[in-house]
Amino acid sequence: METIKLTIDNKEIDVPRGTTIYKAAKELGIDIPTLCYMELHDMNIENKPAGCRICVAEVSGRRNLAPTCSTKCEPGMVVKTHTPRVLNARRTVMEFILSDHPKDCLVCSKSGTCELQAMAHRLGIRDIPGAAYAAVSTYRKDTSPSIIRDLDKCIMCRRCEMMCNEVQTVGAISAVNRGFMATVAPAFEQNLEHSTCTYCGQCVSVCPTGALTEVNHVPQVLRALVDPTKTVIVQTAPAVRAALGEEFGLAPGTLVTGKMTAALRALGFDYVFDTDFAADLTIMEEGAELLDRLAKHLKGDKTAKIPILTSCCPGWVNFFEEYFPDLKDVPSTAKSPQQMFGAIAKTYFADKIGVNRKDMVVVSIMPCLAKKYECQRDEFSVDGNPDVDFSISTRELASFIKQANIDIKTLHDEDFDSPMGESTGAGVIFGTTGGVIEAACRTAYELYTGKKLERLDFTELRGMEGVRSATIDFDGLPVNIGIAHGLGNARKLLDDVRAGKSQFHAIEVMACPGGCIGGGGQPLHHGNSDIIKARATAIYAEDRKKSLRKSHENPFIIKLYDEFLGKPGSEKAHHLLHTHYFDKKKKIMIKK
Amino acid sequence: MSKYSMHLLVCGGTGCHASESDAIVCNLRDELEAKGLMDSVQVILTGCFGFCEKGPIVKVMPDNTFYVQVKPEDAQEIVDEHIIKGRKVTRLLYRDPVTREPVSDSKHMGFFKKQLRIVLRNCGFINPENIDEYIARDGYQALGKVLTEMTPEEVIKVVKDSGQRGRGGAGFSTGLKWELARNNKSDEKYVVCNADEGDPGAFMDRSVLEGDPHSVLEAMAICGYSIGASNGLIYIRAEYPLAIERLKIAIKQAQEYGLLGKDIFGTGFNFDIKLRYGAGAFVCGEETALIHSMEGLRGEPTVKPPFPAEAGYLNKPTNVNNVETFAAIPVIILKGAKWFSSIGTEKSKGTKVFALAGKINNVGLIEVPMGTTLREVIFEIGGGIRNGKKFKGIQTGGPSGGCLSEKHLDTPIDFDNLIAAGSIMGSGAMIVLDEDDCMVSMAKFFLEFTVEESCGKCAPCRIGNKRLHELLGQICEGKGSLDDLDRLRNMSVVIKDTALCGLGQTSPNPVLSMMDNYYDEYVAHVTDKKCPAGQCKSLLEYVVNAENCVGCTACARVCPVNAISGERKEVHLIDPSICIKCGACIEKCKFDAIFIR
Repeated sequence: METIKLTIDNKEIDVPRGTTIYKAAKELGIDIPTLCYMELHDMNIENKPAGCRICVAEVSGRRNLAPTCSTKCEPGMVVKTHTPRVLNARRTVMEFILSDHPKDCLVCSKSGTCELQAMAHRLGIRDIPGAAYAAVSTYRKDTSPSIIRDLDKCIMCRRCEMMCNEVQTVGAISAVNRGFMATVAPAFEQNLEHSTCTYCGQCVSVCPTGALTEVNHVPQVLRALVDPTKTVIVQTAPAVRAALGEEFGLAPGTLVTGKMTAALRALGFDYVFDTDFAADLTIMEEGAELLDRLAKHLKGDKTAKIPILTSCCPGWVNFFEEYFPDLKDVPSTAKSPQQMFGAIAKTYFADKIGVNRKDMVVVSIMPCLAKKYECQRDEFSVDGNPDVDFSISTRELASFIKQANIDIKTLHDEDFDSPMGESTGAGVIFGTTGGVIEAACRTAYELYTGKKLERLDFTELRGMEGVRSATIDFDGLPVNIGIAHGLGNARKLLDDVRAGKSQFHAIEVMACPGGCIGGGGQPLHHGNSDIIKARATAIYAEDRKKSLRKSHENPFIIKLYDEFLGKPGSEKAHHLLHTHYFDKKKKIMIKK
Repeated sequence: MSKYSMHLLVCGGTGCHASESDAIVCNLRDELEAKGLMDSVQVILTGCFGFCEKGPIVKVMPDNTFYVQVKPEDAQEIVDEHIIKGRKVTRLLYRDPVTREPVSDSKHMGFFKKQLRIVLRNCGFINPENIDEYIARDGYQALGKVLTEMTPEEVIKVVKDSGQRGRGGAGFSTGLKWELARNNKSDEKYVVCNADEGDPGAFMDRSVLEGDPHSVLEAMAICGYSIGASNGLIYIRAEYPLAIERLKIAIKQAQEYGLLGKDIFGTGFNFDIKLRYGAGAFVCGEETALIHSMEGLRGEPTVKPPFPAEAGYLNKPTNVNNVETFAAIPVIILKGAKWFSSIGTEKSKGTKVFALAGKINNVGLIEVPMGTTLREVIFEIGGGIRNGKKFKGIQTGGPSGGCLSEKHLDTPIDFDNLIAAGSIMGSGAMIVLDEDDCMVSMAKFFLEFTVEESCGKCAPCRIGNKRLHELLGQICEGKGSLDDLDRLRNMSVVIKDTALCGLGQTSPNPVLSMMDNYYDEYVAHVTDKKCPAGQCKSLLEYVVNAENCVGCTACARVCPVNAISGERKEVHLIDPSICIKCGACIEKCKFDAIFIR
């Protein structure tokens, strides 16, 4: 590849043609500040509208300053990133941006993690000239089941828009209005609830300011915990343990399973359980469904829908209900682990400990914002009492722990409670892309062939490619597996299914890039995809540590079927562990 | 035109159209019908003559009599007197503003004397809805010549050698633009005509499209042949219904004549043109925003490169030229590069159309060779300042341009001179300001437009322009300081230096140029809290002149806020803390006893 020689801040560098000044500078260790630019490298996600104009630099032969994020290097270019002209421009533009931003940093939910605040500090801004009479653009606040939009704080970086439209292809939000009142919103500035939003939360996870945040359910959880009449049960999703430590200064990829358990106990939860248990249960049900459909399909039964699609991810469920309602009988009917957990906790386990379901509160700790919506769905409640009462994100849990004066780093590891805290490695890997289908293969292989699976690590199913495929040999039967993470990638596979062109027998879909480890409720990655990859590594490490790594070998799952459910796919299992989907294709309704 | 012995050309431009030129045409035809003259005299609704100040205009050919401010009821007199009796209707003739003598032939009028009409060659001469009239004036000959005698490279060479620079504002070489588009290989390319004329006061593109639509169609086909495109798109604002209508007719006629469509002139060259409508966003005149708008996306600019010549409409190589740029192309092809480049200045060739507006006597559309001075434009063609007031400045290039003062009057107008003087050519709108105009208020006025029209994509334009506007407002209200003038300049410089597209990069031009040329006026606003032009209400004070006041109480009775006190037959007083400066008292006072300070 052709290389180009240029000079940045008096340092020479050779870069491949096409490299931007911003990236070339980074190679030289020059970190040019920017507010809108964001790249998740190796994940094909890049946002560069060149809108914030903070990353500008002087470029030889150019009349005006160049946005380095989107200006390509040219041979012999001389770039200066910190001349008085550049510094003055950067500061003045930053003052512009701050002048149109609320000054409520002290009480903003993003305080401390806000990129705008950090940039103001980095650029040494001490004053906002003209703030006394400067108008601030204000908008109607919008609260949905999962996400709060406070567009007064929007700085038009367009990251959310890029995530929603280009990565997720959901198209719920885009730029509206012009000039000073320009912002990012659903069509006709309707509420998110009236848009095609799936609540995947990827907009929230890239928002540099407090414009997009999660709905905070910690106060409700706290109220339940102090209510002596309530038995409060908590379940923690697999991806949480791989990321929670980051909120306490631990390196990304540090597993804090034991410390998290100890912290939850210290917070006062009566039972600290694991969603991984329900993940194992999901494999039993989904695996049985897969084998059933596959067997019928192989016999030539045209009513058997192949490929089967996973259904653990609520963002994904919302997506196909919105965009592919015609395919709503294709995904597995198995509920997500969160909801299976709630259904079992409020029946089987409630009976076991002699507590009425009305006196039991199930809280889930999730890497996800769509889970907040999922647990509020009508079909997941009995007589108005939801199977899962509250879902809080990894970030909310971290805040809760800090408020309770708990120093997670000094806690000693503790184990989950029994029985719903016991899980296999298969349950753990649900947290990363490819994990659900790998877990399903481990079980389905053994159930289908009747043979012991020698090689548990299906490395061919792992990785960060947006769309992956592999053929797994089920003892002579080639099973074609498709994997997609990110809804835009899912759409590609779904389009094939709709057109009848799909060659897959089973497809795993996760709404968020990277799977749950990259979920909308996770600690903010601030555009560093290495963090997401470190979480994946941690998840696979946890799996390897487990003595049992196949869901159907989980003794407590076996016991659950023996004592309560019968066998996978039984009537009771169907009643408690399976669901159905709806046509939610929206018509645009203008609400006055 | 041979069948008729006489032609009555009635201006059908938007201005005259609004002043009932349609009714004039009807009445003239009715009269001719009644007098049995329909076979010998033809009435033609043409495009804009340019002299909008004096519209509606009726021109009689072949004697070149130029009637101004004609009303529908004048039709009878024109037919009876001029056509039947051969006597000119003197009362409808233009009168020289100095001699007060009637002038019959337009070429003797100051307004037309210095003009050289290349782009506007057919406006006011032909019926834009009749392709035959365009063809009769050498129309489509250039396309024929290009397709049958020239290679695309030769065409591009002629355009390059002519030295023509894009008339949309930036002044990039047309030939070079075509060459770049030609050199990018692709299975499909597009020719786009930018007819999203958005500068307030500019209407040259509209006039060309209304008066001579075929010249643009022909040029687009020539461009298509040169760069290797078979699709043309005209992006026109929906606010130009008459231009759209005439374009539709022109396209249909050209298609029927085989001048658009497949195998034009039997040469195997295919080219067709479609219309795309803009919704009136100023920023969509910026070519990347225009392309996004045509693609159905939000009308927002993107960073260049990639230039449209590389990746434009639907990511294909696209050549975008302005209406005025295209309209000159057929003439350049027929008369040659040498002819065109002999007109104008060293680096700006040919002519430029300007729209004159503001405090000038002859409001209208003019076309002059590059290098004509502002003085010639304002005082000779424009007829000087209205109501005998003193010239103060001229805003060139619309709200994105700058305001030039007395000292620039003898500057020859071309792309580079205007930039050197702190303004831009822009689309060619010229707004003349007189001694009553406040240069702080004017800067604020122009900023108001760019604030409104910013797309909001980049921070300096979205927020910076708003802050500039606010600060100018503060200064107008007497709340500014000398430090604020420094801030005003710094903000302006930074917005120019950092904004994403041409809109933001030029929006502070009025502020900077007005501060450069009228700094004292800015200082007066912030230090003396005075508005020398007497425009900024907050800085005015209504005062009673005790010597003149007779205590009639008329002012006190008319004051809507009871700010005036005083007994009968005693001197009255205005309380400045209550006064809202509505001016009612001044109007009422018969003794000149109230003045503004």
